This record gives sequence, C-alpha cells and structure tokens, in this order.
Amino acid sequence: MAEIPAPTGERRTGRLLATLIVVMIVLGGVGMTLLARRHWWMLPVASAHGVDVDRLIYTTFAVTGIVFVLVHLLIAGFVWRYGAHGTGRAAYWHDDRTLELTYTLVPAAVLVTLISMGAVVWARVHSPAPADATVVEVRAEQFGWLFRYPGPDGIFGRVDPALISPPGKPGNPMGLDPADPASADDIVTRELHLAVNRPVRVRIRSKDVIHSFFIPAFRVKQDAVPGMTVEIWFTPTQEGSYEIACAQLCGIGHYIMRGKVTVESEEAVLTWLAQQSH
Amino acid sequence: MAVAHGAVHEEHRLGFIRRYIFSQDHKIIGIQYMMTSLFMAAVGGVLAMLIRMELGWPGGHWGVARWLFPGGFSSDGVLKPDFYLAVVTMHGSIMIFFVLTTALSGGFGNFLIPLTIGARDMAFPFLNMLSYWLYPPAIVVLLSSFFVAGGAPNSGWTAYPPLSALRNAAPGSGLGQTLWLVSLAILIVSFLFGSLNYITTVLQLRTRGMSMGRMPLVTWAQFTTAILMLLSFPVLFAAVVMLLFDRHLGTSFFVPSGLVVGGQLVTHQGGNPLLWQHLFWFLGHPEVYVLILPPMGIVSEILAVHGRKPIFGYKAMVASICAIAFLSFLVWGHHMIVSGMNPLVGTAFMVTTLAIAIPSAIKTFNWVATLWRARIHFTPAMLFAIGFVSLFITGGLTGIFLGSPAVDTYFHDTFFIVAHFHFVMASAALFGLFGGLYHWFPKMFGRMMDERLGKMHFWLTFVGIYATFFPMHFLGMAGEPRRYYSPQMYDFLRGLAGLNMFVSVAAFGLGLAQLIFIYNFLRSLFRGPKAERNPWHANTLEWQTESPPPHGNWGAILPTVHRWPYDYSVPDAMDDFIPQTVPAAAVPVAGGALDDGLQGGAVDEPPVAGSERT
Repeated sequence: MAEIPAPTGERRTGRLLATLIVVMIVLGGVGMTLLARRHWWMLPVASAHGVDVDRLIYTTFAVTGIVFVLVHLLIAGFVWRYGAHGTGRAAYWHDDRTLELTYTLVPAAVLVTLISMGAVVWARVHSPAPADATVVEVRAEQFGWLFRYPGPDGIFGRVDPALISPPGKPGNPMGLDPADPASADDIVTRELHLAVNRPVRVRIRSKDVIHSFFIPAFRVKQDAVPGMTVEIWFTPTQEGSYEIACAQLCGIGHYIMRGKVTVESEEAVLTWLAQQSH
Repeated sequence: MAVAHGAVHEEHRLGFIRRYIFSQDHKIIGIQYMMTSLFMAAVGGVLAMLIRMELGWPGGHWGVARWLFPGGFSSDGVLKPDFYLAVVTMHGSIMIFFVLTTALSGGFGNFLIPLTIGARDMAFPFLNMLSYWLYPPAIVVLLSSFFVAGGAPNSGWTAYPPLSALRNAAPGSGLGQTLWLVSLAILIVSFLFGSLNYITTVLQLRTRGMSMGRMPLVTWAQFTTAILMLLSFPVLFAAVVMLLFDRHLGTSFFVPSGLVVGGQLVTHQGGNPLLWQHLFWFLGHPEVYVLILPPMGIVSEILAVHGRKPIFGYKAMVASICAIAFLSFLVWGHHMIVSGMNPLVGTAFMVTTLAIAIPSAIKTFNWVATLWRARIHFTPAMLFAIGFVSLFITGGLTGIFLGSPAVDTYFHDTFFIVAHFHFVMASAALFGLFGGLYHWFPKMFGRMMDERLGKMHFWLTFVGIYATFFPMHFLGMAGEPRRYYSPQMYDFLRGLAGLNMFVSVAAFGLGLAQLIFIYNFLRSLFRGPKAERNPWHANTLEWQTESPPPHGNWGAILPTVHRWPYDYSVPDAMDDFIPQTVPAAAVPVAGGALDDGLQGGAVDEPPVAGSERT
C-alpha cells in the first residue's frame, strides 16, 4: 500500500504533544497569570482615565484568554486523537463554507466590539482638557527631567536653547529668556508636584533626542519629541509619590532617567511652589 | 529538449567556482542564502545570550565573556552600558534583516519558487547571483561596526533620529551608525534584486498547467512576500540615504532646530524626527509580514503533507494571504501611537490593525481544521508546524491588546511588546524556518536528517520558547521598559528580579538546545541516509524530481501540471497522494483549486485532459 506505514510511536508522540500543550500552555499560562496577578502586575491605578484603560485591559484579557485556552485545547484534542495509526485514511475534506464563514464573522464581531470600546476610551483620553486644568511643562534631556510651572501670570515665558547653561552648572538649565517678561515668574524644578483630583495639562518637550514620559501608575505615556510640544492631560486621583520612567531609548543613560511625581493636596502644592521660587 | 541538454552540458563545463560559489543556479543560491543566514543566526543568538546575562544579573561579573568580547566589558567583567545597547541593536538588526528575511525569502524563496512551479531556474539567474553576493559584503560592513571607535550603534534596530543622527548623542552614533546604515542600504539592493526575480519568475515561468490557482500555498506566500518587499524596502532605502545625508552632508530631514546635545547647540534646522518613524514603519510593518508570510506558506504545506490531508480552505488561504499583504501597508501607525502623532490618526490605525486580525484568524482556524481527522505523522517538520500555529495564536492574541491605542499607551516600549513580537513574528518565523528545513532538507541535500534528534530539538525548543517569552508578558504588565541596561534604578521594577532571572535561565536553555540542531544539520549533511525522490509522499512538483534536483531541475522534459497540490487521501484512489503531474485520465481530479476561470491552464494540457472536470 502506498500509505507511509504508521510506526507505533506516532500516537505516543501525539499524546505527548497534546499533554505538553495542555499542561505547559493552557494550565501553565493560566496558572502563571494568576501568580502574576499577585507578584508581577500593573501598579494600582492612580489616575482618572487609568480606570477606563484598566477596564479595557481586563476585558481584552478575558476575551483573548478564552480564545487562547479554547484554541489550544482544540489543537491538543486533534493532536491526541489523529496521530497516524492502523491503515485508515485521513478525511478528504477541504472546504466548508458555513464553517469558514462562522470563523470569519465571529472574530470580526468580537473585534468590532473591542474596536468600539477602544475608540471610546481613546477619544476620552484625548478629549479637550477641562477648563479648570492646571498646566505644567515637562522637558526631557539626556538623562533627566525638568519641570516648569508658569507662575502667577499663567504664561510660560520664551525659552532659547542658546541660553541653556552647560551641564553640571547651575543657572539656567531650561534656557529661559530674561528678555521676555513672562519668564520672570516661571518656576523651574527637578520634581513634579501635582494636586490630587485636579486635571493637569502637561506640555512635553525635549532638549536633545526622543524620550518618553512614562508614569506607570497613571497609565500615562507620551514621547517627548525634539522640535515639538505635545500636550496631554490627565487627573491624578491618589495622593502619594510615583515614579516617572523614560520609555524611549535615548542613549546610554536611558535606564537611569528616573523622575518623581508627588501628588498631594492643592495647598501643599502651592506651599511647595512658593519654596521653589526663592 | 535542446535547452535541457544544453543545461546538463553546461553543468559539466562549469568549474567548481562557477558551480558552487559564483553560481547562477537558484538551488545553490538558495542554499548559500540559507547557510549564511544560519551562521548569522548563531551570531544573533549569542548576542541574545549577552542581553539575557545582563538582564538576569544586572551588573554581574562575567570573566569568561570579557575574554570573548574584550571591548564590551570593563576590567572586572561587567558588561558596559553602551556595549549593551550595541548588542541590543545588533541582535534586532541581525535577526530581522540578516537571518529571517534572508533565510525565508532568500533561502526558501530561491530554492522553492522555480521547483514548485516547474521552472528550470529563476527568470534572471545573473541578477539572482548578484542578489546573494551583495549579502556577505553587507554582513562584513555591519559586523565591522563592532570594531570601530564608539562601537556598534546604540539606537536600536529602529534607529530613531536624532539619537542616530547626531554623533555625540551616544557612543555608537559615530562611525558605527554610519556602517549600519550603509550595510542596510547594500542589503536592501540585494532584497530588491531578489524580489524582482521572484515576481517575474512566478508570473512568467510557470510550467504547463500550473495556473496561479494551482500554486502551492508556499509559493503563493513567497510571491506575495516578494511584492511586499519590492514595494516597502525602497521606502526604507530612501530613509537610510536621507539619514546618511543628515549625518554627513549637513541636510536636516530628521533633525529640528534648537537642539542641545552634549552641551553644544546643534546646527541642523527644520527637520522632523517623526518623518523617519513614518518612513521606517512604512517598511517596518510590511517587514513583519515579509517574515511571517513565508512561514505561513511553509506550515500550510507541512500540515497537508504530514497530516496526509488537503489543506483546509485553499481559496480562503490565498485570499487571506492577499488581504494580509494589502492591509500590511495600512497599519504602520500603530507603532507610533505615543509618538506625538495626532490621536485621531491613532483611531484610524486601530481600525486597520484589528482588521488585519481577521485574515490572520481565518488562516489559524484553517490550520486547526486541517488537523481535524488528519492522519498525522509527527515528524520534526510536523511538530514545528504545529508549534508554529501555537506560537502564532499566542502572539496574535496579545496583538489585540496592542492594537487598541489606549491599552498600547501603557504597553508601548515595555517587555509586553518584546513578548508579543518574539512570539508572533520571531519565534513563529523561526519555527517556520526549522519546519521548512526538516521538510526540505532531503530535497536540498539529498540526505535525510535524523528524526530522533529532530524531535528532541523540537521538545526543548518548544518548551524553551514558552519559558523564555511567556513570562515577559508579565514583566511588561508590571511596566518594565525594554532596552534598559538594568531595571534596578526603579522601585516599581524591584520585584521583577526573580522573574528576569527565570527568563534568562530559560533563554540559555533555549540557546543550548540549538546545538542539537547544528549537530544534526551538519552530521546529516555528510552522513545522513540517502533521500529518495519523495520521502514524504508529497504532491508538489519539487518532490517529483531527483533529490537533490539536477542542474536545470527536470531532465529533458518540463513537468505538466494537471491538478491542485492537495489531493491527499482521495477516497478510492490507489495511493493516499496524487502528485500534481498525474494526468486526470489516470486518476480523476478530485479536488478543486481556485475557480476554473482562474485555474486556466487547460488549453495547453495534453488532449487527454479533455476528460477533466470543468
């Protein structure tokens, strides 16, 4: 006969593979996710829009998790069952319009749902900032963060890169132009303090290369692109101290570009700002 | 006849150098591409081990490694931060451009396209030779960047300016970056020669009866991939030249005015860093499919042959290859969600990105359906093909997270991304490559590979891949950014040290398991048992000629094709496979390929084909 003879080992190999898929991928994957939930997970969310983002992440997790488990179980089942044995032939079966249509339309429907949910959250994240939002500037550089508050006049003064003082020297790290009266009350700091439950507009710039302003606890990330000022807004909702990380490769010090943001009461922020201006 | 005799005659006339080194024979060129790519895979793999050494034990002391890489380690054996970034950059560049693209398109494309369509060679054999011989110089230029002042580039395989444009932005942004760009430019020319050749060959040199609708899926995948390469790589070429101009001729395509780098005011004016990202990802995303379409074709072939069953949904498979190829040009912006691009554009790219998941899902379900009621022979090729499907599912599903901009904002540039693309693109493509090698090795070299070693290689690699890359999802979940020399500076990353160590140990195991493959490959090359023409009882044309095929592939007469390639286990047929060359008169054509209109080919078939189903 022209069939390749089926060695007795084929079914054994199939069952080994099926077992591996179930144990390592299905049980291992689910088990590790449960373990990760306790040890290696997102920081507790500390911003208003972060709650929506997290809900989207969990929804996607549920949907993809179900598909992940089901499809792997299906593969494991087929691999377990259909290892070559005896003299039987495979089924001559190569088209089934109903089946194909089903697994085109069902994923399409699921994806359209996820797209719609995603679009809503994304639109909300990038909606116009509320009128009562405060404003602060973030300027990234190799390898640190500089922040600027506009001061009582509410206006950021002009900056000129030529006026930036050399690295390591105090003076004018931001390159404020003293000729512009609006720059006189600008407050430049090395730390970021934000008022709790108060929306804040953040204008992000870079002095040299591309960086990325990443606050994991706020689910905030925005590239700092030289030559551009990109504005985002968010609302911190939990008092506390949070880390800012650089998320875009910016040179050898990329991994030490750590910043700090403190979220506290409105009064505390004002007190802190008053200390900075001296 | 005359042509064939000429070809055989010519083979005898050619000396060793013209036959095996500056060869114009597509099979030799394919093998040259494959061997060179496997060498580069070893280089890229060693670099991956260095990355895992550093991330598993940040700041650890590695005396032995210092001896191997004298410039990269400090005197007490600590890996230097700039060398770390150089290693990360080169690992990515090598694996993507110099291993997977070259092995899958250059290696399998060259070897399989003429053989599967019944041609004697490529349409332009000389151009084909040039295409290969641009590849080694590109490697030399690339690797030489390790040995120049400042070392290899530090800017990642994406080389975002201004980091990559300004000399004093990073140690590797000096001559090393220039060499990287030049190397890439050379390689792109090589790819363009290759892809032009593949497209022309498929369109012009198909044998009698081999309509497009009867081409095996592996050939469809190669053909579509070649179109992707031809349309997308010129864009990267333009970007590379523009960046070289910015670096050396004082232009400012990518560098805006008013930058201060290393305490000095930069003199460039008026450029935009986002321009590079648009150009780069306009190639970069199709490139992902350049890497995954050929494995998809390979896996479709293997599942049918070793499952003794027709591939399920041939028409849907071809349609989804074409749909994926088309959509791949419309999704590049999902790499730029947080780049400062208008958020509205992000919404548009979300729609196209999740749309591309539909044809991917169709393909996946078709593979799974192919396994249903199959008669599976668990050869190493088959195991790797099934492994591919699993990896593609796992990696594809995490893509659904990343396609949603608000979610991507959190995961962008974290280890979640690293996990995602190592599953869906890197490991899956690697499994396609291994599966393809185990499957076509007998045809390439006329010898069989050892099955036992092949299976052992599969078990260890499959477990190793999951153990290495699955936990990375959780590193990303916790927010660990990629390309960090050490995560220890951050409080929020402190709890991840144990998980990182686990990943590193798994990666070392995965690396070691590849030694089994190297041993099996080399040993089988010289000592493997001789392969028959058609050891897997396959239908496609390449298995109907000798192993390895002679110069000119087919002896005196070109094969004639009478049917689609997937007539496996046809009921009532004598054998459980019916090669494409078997006339309809001998065994009735049972299965259909694409619609008859597309199938064509009937006119030039022998008169006996008149009995064929219409």
